[in-house]
Amino acid sequence: MSKPSLKADPVIHTSLPSSIAQVGVMTKYELLNYFRSRRFFILLIIGLIISSILTALVAYYGVNSFATTALGFYSFWWGNSVTLVVILSGIFFGGDAISGEFQNKTGYFLVGNPLRRSSIYVGKWIAALTASLIILAIYAAIAIGNGIYYFGATIPYQYGESLIFSVLYLIAVLGFTFFFSSLFKSSSMSILVTAILFLFAFSLIQVIVSTLAQVEPWFIITYGSGIIGNVLTDPYPTTQSVRGGFGGRNETKIFAVSIPEGIAILVGYFVVTAVIGLLLFERKEFT
Amino acid sequence: MSVPSIEAVNLSKRYGSFSALSNLNLKIEGSKCVGFLGPNGAGKTTTLKLFTDMIRASEGKALINGISVHENKKKALASVGSLIESPEIYPALTPREALSMVAEIRGMPRSERKKKIEEVVSEVKMEEWLDKKVGKFSKGMKQRINISAALLSEPEILLLDEPSTGLDPRGMSEVREIVKSLKHKNRLIFMSSHLLNEVSEICDEVAMIDHGKLLVYDKLNNVVSRFSGDGGEIIIDVGLSRAIDDLILSRNISSMAGVVSAEKLDMKSLRIKFSGSLENQEKLLSDLVALKIGLVSFHPSSSALEDTYLNLIKETL
Repeated sequence: MSKPSLKADPVIHTSLPSSIAQVGVMTKYELLNYFRSRRFFILLIIGLIISSILTALVAYYGVNSFATTALGFYSFWWGNSVTLVVILSGIFFGGDAISGEFQNKTGYFLVGNPLRRSSIYVGKWIAALTASLIILAIYAAIAIGNGIYYFGATIPYQYGESLIFSVLYLIAVLGFTFFFSSLFKSSSMSILVTAILFLFAFSLIQVIVSTLAQVEPWFIITYGSGIIGNVLTDPYPTTQSVRGGFGGRNETKIFAVSIPEGIAILVGYFVVTAVIGLLLFERKEFT
Repeated sequence: MSVPSIEAVNLSKRYGSFSALSNLNLKIEGSKCVGFLGPNGAGKTTTLKLFTDMIRASEGKALINGISVHENKKKALASVGSLIESPEIYPALTPREALSMVAEIRGMPRSERKKKIEEVVSEVKMEEWLDKKVGKFSKGMKQRINISAALLSEPEILLLDEPSTGLDPRGMSEVREIVKSLKHKNRLIFMSSHLLNEVSEICDEVAMIDHGKLLVYDKLNNVVSRFSGDGGEIIIDVGLSRAIDDLILSRNISSMAGVVSAEKLDMKSLRIKFSGSLENQEKLLSDLVALKIGLVSFHPSSSALEDTYLNLIKETL
């Protein structure tokens, strides 16, 4: 029935690149896709709007209404708003990064090629991180510009630490959003669930667990992100017990995440969600 | 010993209690085009997805050149171009960029990339759209780019899942010509299709599947003669470059060995009912050529394949 194998004589003789090189290819074209689509520019505009509002507020009311020291200024500006920028980056670039490959059927264009799924996943993740870092860098540059204008060129070292923690938080958030994106096959569902979790659910759980249950919420990523703002507070805040209630008999704990704790939470979230997300994508079927 | 190019070994796929593919054993090797036929839900796309690791087998193995696709996808698919289920391309990219991505993934040298991309895009008649964003393309235009992506690295094996889907009649005809030209370049093409005329025109062999089970895999002529219900007779359509004389038809052709009947379909085409072995068929072809009647095509009739299909596959889902 079948003839002896006739070997084809392809004109182009290629050797496949390494998986790491293929990650680079994925990153390159995913970034190109981000820059071409409106997504990157919408987030950039949101970042610029937040920066503009803060700039206008400080200019209108005077810097002394918000901070009297450089550290206080960065705490007001950066510590209060950067987590929102990070979360929005996670939602914009990670929310449907994997689920979109299924829903939009773009995955069918890639997966039939000789490359590992892990190369697709990692390449897309690095692209999302790169795009988010650009947004974060622009946001940081505007904050520093304002800081220099009002308090001179001396930037407190704590701001450098906060910047590093913000990047760490971004890495953890993208790990988490990619994991969630791998759970769903619907883009809108994965974006919606991620947005609800980061914008409402985590904060709500954190308040309930810490205030009502009086348990340190070490298992919540947003609690770990507290180090971004805490490090800009001098002295660094610690967990405190406050007496309150009738006759001052009830003791309430106000939890403050320490730097080692915060780093451990963020790194833990990233490692666990990245591994599970990757495994899910490896096993997910294009049905 | 030659290595089979495509081999399914006890390949099965189940979704809960539903069996999408059941114990498929199929071995295809050599340069040829194999048509993969079956009704909707028969397991055609499931099979092709298993051969590209888009889904995992419940049991068995999908091997390409002896390499398990699931266990070593990168190596197994290195010489494979595929088009499964009309993929979408990132809408913000242009065909040039999307194809560059595929070329880079496959390690095509930079020096050859530009020329090769322009070549395959020209082959699918999309050169005018090379630098326009894919998001603005129609379904048929996207499918043409998908076909060019499958051809880009000149793979020795092509897995095509209904490649004519979404194309207009001209596009379908162009795809047929592309596939035919690939056969001459020593490629192995495994192509699912609902278009029986397409399969009978292009393919050398057919595999028919229904309810996840392989019904038959053989040379097209053998399948038609065994299952068309014409008692071992096959119908051959003959295309000519000029009008044929009635006398030649009645005297020469009708009396050739194995010819049961011969009739004119129009001035430049004949339909011959034939009974005999492949060797006899080969002789018939050489005799027709010797008649110098301007023979340009000779293939089993699509209606014969349709009869075969209807006889083998009793009902659709």
